[in-house]
Amino acid sequence: MRDFTEIWSYLAAGPLVWLTATLVAYLLADAVAARLGRRPLANPVAGAVVLLALLLWLTGTSYDTYFEGAQFVHFLLGPATVCLAIPLWLHRATVRRAALPIVAALLAGSFTALASALALGKALGLSPDMLATIAPKSTTAPVALGISQSLGGSPTLTAVLVVLTGMIGAVVITPMMNAFRITDWRARGLAVGVAAHGIGTARALQVNPQAGAFAGIGMALNAIVTALLAPWLLALFL
Amino acid sequence: MIHMLALILSCQLAGEAVSRALSLPVPGPVLGMALLFALMLASPRLAEAVRPVGEGILRHLSLLFVPAGVGVVGHLRLLGENAAAIGVALVGSTVLAIAVGALVFRAVARLTEGKPDA
Repeated sequence: MRDFTEIWSYLAAGPLVWLTATLVAYLLADAVAARLGRRPLANPVAGAVVLLALLLWLTGTSYDTYFEGAQFVHFLLGPATVCLAIPLWLHRATVRRAALPIVAALLAGSFTALASALALGKALGLSPDMLATIAPKSTTAPVALGISQSLGGSPTLTAVLVVLTGMIGAVVITPMMNAFRITDWRARGLAVGVAAHGIGTARALQVNPQAGAFAGIGMALNAIVTALLAPWLLALFL
Repeated sequence: MIHMLALILSCQLAGEAVSRALSLPVPGPVLGMALLFALMLASPRLAEAVRPVGEGILRHLSLLFVPAGVGVVGHLRLLGENAAAIGVALVGSTVLAIAVGALVFRAVARLTEGKPDA
């Protein structure tokens, strides 16, 4: 029998180990979140990221090696964005009736997300590169990377900030809306979709189907609005 | 199922191609979403067929963000140096954007629908 290190170095070089590890880490984190009654703080993405980061560190594996396996999961972000047409279609009657509040909340939320991140970042001394990197953080990952690159930011760091933003949104949405006494699922969903893209949408889908549909719309439309607003707002803050 | 996967991917592909060709600010997957939505409106039969596959992908939307999140390992130093500023900017702007989005939605909904908290 060959020794373990030899088998490991063979396996660790291919995509299979890291693809499997990504799925298993997510299932573990999701099971823990379910055990904790899907409380806002029990976010499965955060749990999986911590587990995998530890595993990479323990095994001395580089992110590039990891990503060769994980890219198959990452790739699905694009098709998943396309699939947001489904909740939109299911709730098309409600959406059509709410067209005005949707557009108003989208523009206000998107502008606030961008302008407040840039203003806070600048006030706290972030460099222009970092401001370009942080600007698109409320947009869904594939779109945010593109915007970051075109603004002169670091796309891989933007990806991390996007995920952090999504987790923050998913954690704060329920307690915030309860504190504000906002019971309209459409408002709750749209707000979290605009501010916290797919991770916020995933949370909304978990809580209420109508909130999920509106979150999906918020996320999709915000990708467009952020792409239009970001270069212009960033120029104001540089 | 493969038919529907092919349909979803084709929508994305068409979206990416159009977005590139016309250098639109609208990202490819978002155009793909608009295209799929139009197809679903045009054919309810197609809509019912694509639903289970699409809903399967969306059910685990969180999972798809994990690989990007693990990218944190490559940026620990940069994040550490700017931890306070980035933390305040992310939390502050996310909380503000959610509050503004939800409050504006409610205000405009009340104006246009004429009833509180529909």
